[in-house]
Amino acid sequence: MTLKYILKRVGVFVVTLFVISTLAFIAFSIIPGDPVTRMLGMNASEERIVEMRSELGLDKPIHTRFFKWLQSFVTGDFGKSYSYSIPVRELLSDKVLTTASLSLMAFVFVLAISMPLGLLLSRYSIISSKGAKSSFQRAIISAATALNQIIMSIPPFFTGIIITYVFGLILRFFTPGAFVPYSGNPAAFYAYLIFPALSIALPRSAMVIKLIRGSVLNEAGSDYVRTAYSRGGGQWYVLLVHIMRNALIPVINFLAMTLSDIVAGSIIIEQVFAIPGMGRLLLLSISNRDYPVVQTIVVIIASVVVILNLLADVICQYIDPRIRIT
Amino acid sequence: MIIKKNHYLFFGFIITALVLSIAIIGFFWTPNNPNAIDSSNRFASPSTKYPLGTDNFGRCILSRVVEGIGATVLVAVFTLIIGFGVGLIIGTLTGYYGGWVDELLMRSGDVVMAFPSILLALVFISITGTGRYNVIIALGVLFIPSFARVVRGEFVRIRELDFVHSAKIMGAGPLRIMLVHILPNAIPVLLRFLAIGFNNAVLAEASMSYLGLGVQPPDSSLGRLLSDSQPFLFTAPWYALSAGVAIVLLILGFSLISEGIVLPRSE
Amino acid sequence: MLSIKNLSITFTNEFAVEAVHDVSLNIAPGERLGLVGESGSGKTMLALAISGLYPRSTTRISGEVLFNGTDILKCSSKELCRLRGKEIGMVFQEPMTSLNPLMKVGRQIEETLKMHTNTPPTRRRELALEAMESVELPDPKLTYEKYPHQLSGGQRQRAMIASAIIADPKLLIADEATTALDVTSQSQIIDLLARINERHGVAILFISHDLSVIRRLCNRVAVMHAGKIVEDSSTQAVFENPKDDYTKRLIAAIPTRDKRRRQT
Repeated sequence: MTLKYILKRVGVFVVTLFVISTLAFIAFSIIPGDPVTRMLGMNASEERIVEMRSELGLDKPIHTRFFKWLQSFVTGDFGKSYSYSIPVRELLSDKVLTTASLSLMAFVFVLAISMPLGLLLSRYSIISSKGAKSSFQRAIISAATALNQIIMSIPPFFTGIIITYVFGLILRFFTPGAFVPYSGNPAAFYAYLIFPALSIALPRSAMVIKLIRGSVLNEAGSDYVRTAYSRGGGQWYVLLVHIMRNALIPVINFLAMTLSDIVAGSIIIEQVFAIPGMGRLLLLSISNRDYPVVQTIVVIIASVVVILNLLADVICQYIDPRIRIT
Repeated sequence: MIIKKNHYLFFGFIITALVLSIAIIGFFWTPNNPNAIDSSNRFASPSTKYPLGTDNFGRCILSRVVEGIGATVLVAVFTLIIGFGVGLIIGTLTGYYGGWVDELLMRSGDVVMAFPSILLALVFISITGTGRYNVIIALGVLFIPSFARVVRGEFVRIRELDFVHSAKIMGAGPLRIMLVHILPNAIPVLLRFLAIGFNNAVLAEASMSYLGLGVQPPDSSLGRLLSDSQPFLFTAPWYALSAGVAIVLLILGFSLISEGIVLPRSE
Repeated sequence: MLSIKNLSITFTNEFAVEAVHDVSLNIAPGERLGLVGESGSGKTMLALAISGLYPRSTTRISGEVLFNGTDILKCSSKELCRLRGKEIGMVFQEPMTSLNPLMKVGRQIEETLKMHTNTPPTRRRELALEAMESVELPDPKLTYEKYPHQLSGGQRQRAMIASAIIADPKLLIADEATTALDVTSQSQIIDLLARINERHGVAILFISHDLSVIRRLCNRVAVMHAGKIVEDSSTQAVFENPKDDYTKRLIAAIPTRDKRRRQT
């Protein structure tokens, strides 16, 4: 990859982020409903309102406010929460850790579940060169595919509710709602996140398994696969060395999308498992019209999404020499 | 349209027909009044009067689930009408004519689509406020780019095929080419995407309502029922289960149908 | 060396087409046998049966394919893997798609060694460079590092040949190996195959629908029509004195200078 290409991507990255933060700012500036009245209550005196408005900078014209906001945002000052009256940065710090841990854990689960199972299912779905598939083998494959399709159709919050019921209430592997902050006990913090992460990971893994299988079957009929067999490659060798590399390209793009969906999906799962993360804060701030917080969270998640897409592009370029820019 | 000789469509249609007929029946008749409170029968176990038991107010869970399916399906259908309707028009025009308008619309669509739709929907709702109609509008608008993209992709692909060129040579006007020559060939892809879009709409509506930002009481919806039922998961697990299973069946049916539609390209 | 006895292959789909019908064919060590026939005559199925690559789940097969005394059709998949590449090398029709697009050409050429021998990587590389030299790929060291999409069709086919002969197989099956190439590359590849045959003594089964190409390369010709071998004798005999009606028509279809003169 050339410097020019990297610069171009970084340029697109910066522009996208700028557009997003601008839109976020404008959106929350034109909303009907005045945060000041909300903060001070209906009975606040006229002077107090004016005072508060100038304190928050709301009396200035919108473009002045925008540039001021952008300037401080870039320097890491995300403003002050309306409802908690503390800097957004302080409010967010441990919430970001919680949500990031949850998302990453869920993503690791997706990889750990979908890669081996996807490979296994693909391996036995490829028309075997050993001979015709036995009816038993066919039945297993059909059953696995059907189960996969069903798991794919379960929304993560329902997986969460089922897991809460089975593992939390019946088997008592964890206590629903007994979240421990990282600062309290890191081990207990991660232990509590296991089941929420699993709830996000299960349906997602099913989707990835399906994609891997489809992609592998699509590649398995290629001429180069026949060539690899003609050189004397065994089933697993050809699958792992030849087919997988080609089949992974769409999977990698999907995984990047998955990770950003997981970050957004954690908003819901945090609600199911009562985890005080970024998602819960976002929901709370939306109903409190605490726009500095909402803005910051939206821009943070947006940045994560954009970075992930960039990363997926770079990885695909690395794997596929045909689109590699030399 | 070529239909694969497989079990996908068969089971997809059966499941979907089952769930949708329950929803349609639910518009006219439910076993009990979904909002009638029977305070002497709170948390009743399944019985002949209340086939799925009652909730914390003593309301019939089955009736509420049936009503919820209908509400969720309605939101999804109207979302699709907005998203697909506008997306079809934009995709048709940009796909057929191309040019800088196409480029601009598709690039901005890319940016919108790169974001998890649930996040955008939340931002949208935080601006417009909650409620059934706002959810429909928010989701409908958010679905436009992806539909427009699919329609455009098909139009770009088909417009370069030989039979379209020959139709042009024979003097067919743009409208005729778009509607008579290109659109019918795009139908399998569009139908498949419509099924996927329906699922996304169901999922999004259920998520929003679960978070309390979608359909508001007294209106019912499957997501709402799930969040209502969660506090009583231990005492009345069938409450959450019945609402959840309804969502799963709804999504499963359409995803099987979308699997069963074979695209001409993959032949 | 290779002896096919009463081989029949039938597709098990609803049409039950018999792709190969009661075929018997022998190939001696170092021989250059041409197998000619129109599309759908069963040539490729025959070649796939020899290498054990035929689609097992959709076909029924009977007869024997003896390679140095072992029946390939009865081999386990492990035995087949040992045979393929090591004893039987294959070159296919599509040079554009027959190489893995994501793997360096050199790695694909030496892969046969990696699968069958314990040759250390540095030695493998040397052997690959030698093989590339012998198939006349330009600048082997540079080409080794290239990806398939950076090579021309003819070069890719040379790379395929290099990977097919690197483990010194006894038999090289070239299935329409020159069909997709332009005329110049085609004739170069034919000359190359002839040289490889002379140098390494590897027997070549050259499958083509083009009788004129076979005439240049092969010393024996088998003609296949509708799943059956209708003619099998030396190239000279086939061309001078074709016995079968179909062969006669095939020969008549070859454009020659004489005919052109007569036509104009």
